[in-house]
Amino acid sequence: MERRDSAMSEKPIHFHPDGQEALVELLFQLADDDFLLAYRGSEWLGLAPHIEEDIAFSSISQDTMGHAAMYYQLLEDLGCGSADELAHARPASARRNAVLLERVNGPGHYLREPRYDWAFTVVRHYFYTQAKRVRLESLTKSSYAPLAEVAAKIQVELHYHLLHWHTWFVQLTNAHLEARTRMTKAIQDVAADFAGVLTLGAKGADMVRWGLIDDEKVLTERTIAALAPAFAEVGLDWPMPFGMKHGNGRNGEHTPDLDEALATLSEVYRAVPHAIW
Amino acid sequence: MAAMMTFTRLSDEEKYERFMQRIEAGEKIEADDWMPDEYRVTLIKLIAMHAVSEIMGALPEKEWVPKAPSLRRKLGIMAKVQDEMGHGQLLLRVAEDLMAPLGKTREDIIEDLLNERLKFHNVFHMPAPTWADAGLIGWLVDGAAIMTQTNMLDASYGPYARALKRICAEEVFHAQHGESIILALAEGTKEQKEMLQEALNRWWEALLMFFGPPTADTTGTSKQDITIKYRIRTKTNEQLRQDFFTKYVPRIWALGLEIPDETMHFDKEKGQWIYRQPDWERFKEIIRNNGPKSQERLELRRTAYKQNAWVRAALSAVRTAG
Repeated sequence: MERRDSAMSEKPIHFHPDGQEALVELLFQLADDDFLLAYRGSEWLGLAPHIEEDIAFSSISQDTMGHAAMYYQLLEDLGCGSADELAHARPASARRNAVLLERVNGPGHYLREPRYDWAFTVVRHYFYTQAKRVRLESLTKSSYAPLAEVAAKIQVELHYHLLHWHTWFVQLTNAHLEARTRMTKAIQDVAADFAGVLTLGAKGADMVRWGLIDDEKVLTERTIAALAPAFAEVGLDWPMPFGMKHGNGRNGEHTPDLDEALATLSEVYRAVPHAIW
Repeated sequence: MAAMMTFTRLSDEEKYERFMQRIEAGEKIEADDWMPDEYRVTLIKLIAMHAVSEIMGALPEKEWVPKAPSLRRKLGIMAKVQDEMGHGQLLLRVAEDLMAPLGKTREDIIEDLLNERLKFHNVFHMPAPTWADAGLIGWLVDGAAIMTQTNMLDASYGPYARALKRICAEEVFHAQHGESIILALAEGTKEQKEMLQEALNRWWEALLMFFGPPTADTTGTSKQDITIKYRIRTKTNEQLRQDFFTKYVPRIWALGLEIPDETMHFDKEKGQWIYRQPDWERFKEIIRNNGPKSQERLELRRTAYKQNAWVRAALSAVRTAG
């Protein structure tokens, strides 16, 4: 008995039992957010506006998928199931990602007639990356040490992602009229669902109480403060208020876009049950 | 300077002679050096085709990137396909330098691809309907590519030889990535093994065609004589195909797979592999962009190109203003 206790203290994979639910909920939000956006990024492979962008974007999507994998691993360590199972086998209703991140890249399919919207992609990634940076900064001080460690690792990669999307955001918005019109429309579309990224959902207050992350109001203010200079730079009005037009993903509300994404990303995983790939 | 003055006064025949002496002595030709038109044109065609083949070659595997069956495989195949795009970019830049005196740019290469004036490698016109195809491409198609590219590592054109060194180093990782997928399937369930055997059956003929016909008799033309003359490559198509068999046939058999050619064996007396020729008539159709997936994959790129036209226009507006 004693031995078991000491083994457990060597590998502290348990949080306080009363706070565990809030921790698991937070980890699912973090994991699913990055996983779905990385998936949408992977659909762009080979289709980006030019070859240099194809390479850079793919690199960002790989990083993002890697971040998701680290969060799923934390969940696996907490006994929630294997990371691959959590990524591939959970139904839409169990997903906690913001709806904005599951939305399709545009009409069409990644293999047939992909009429993908680069403006939407740039704005979605730029907004999300700013929110993610703010969130990570808070998470580095999380009361759950393994999460704080992972956040510190991820933070290192975020600087480059942010620089990348900021450059696109400013260049396209400041370019010719057609580009500015498309970007303005994309900003409206993203803003209409961006509150869904910023919320911590129904268990948000518990997350704060257990010292896992800062309050969503504080995070939201910081995210807005981070985004505002870019709007001044391109001379556009601030797109407030943010909404949750297509539902609150933190509560398991999702769109058919997520069903389609899950069917595709788990097609092979589900093809032969219990197989090792 | 004096040497340069002397060189410019030489007749074309004399320049040609000096050029051939240089490459026969193993010297490297650089982008700004004098070179015969035939050499330049051959290189442009070869390198531009190689570049667009890397880019088009990303497409059959790209189909499986979002579907890869685990987090590790998702990350692996994304990185692999990204590398292929990177090779495309590297080669476009090499081709671009050669094309500069002709007043052409990489936009021309991409447009030639989309307008079908420039063809992409015959192996990338084939369907990849299962995850096993994605593994097989990594293992055997990249394995075959390593052979043809290693054959040009000492190419007389320095910038191409240097690009190939980097590409080959990465291709070795790709072949390992593919082999790892294949091993998991070969050691997996009955369904996984079947999936793998079917993929091999599907790709076998394409792998034979990969190296091109043995002689110019098959298709009427062949670049292999010119490229050997100019020390761009050393081995013939058939020598490369034989090398491929030597390396991979025993490995394929060792995995318990069947090669869909019952005549396949090594003839010790002749010192070569005996095999059934692929259908070279089919090959001719494929290299005219009439392969099973030629048009679909070109259409995918055309759609993306058209869809993003406004982005390119916006970027060039930014450049002009800057």
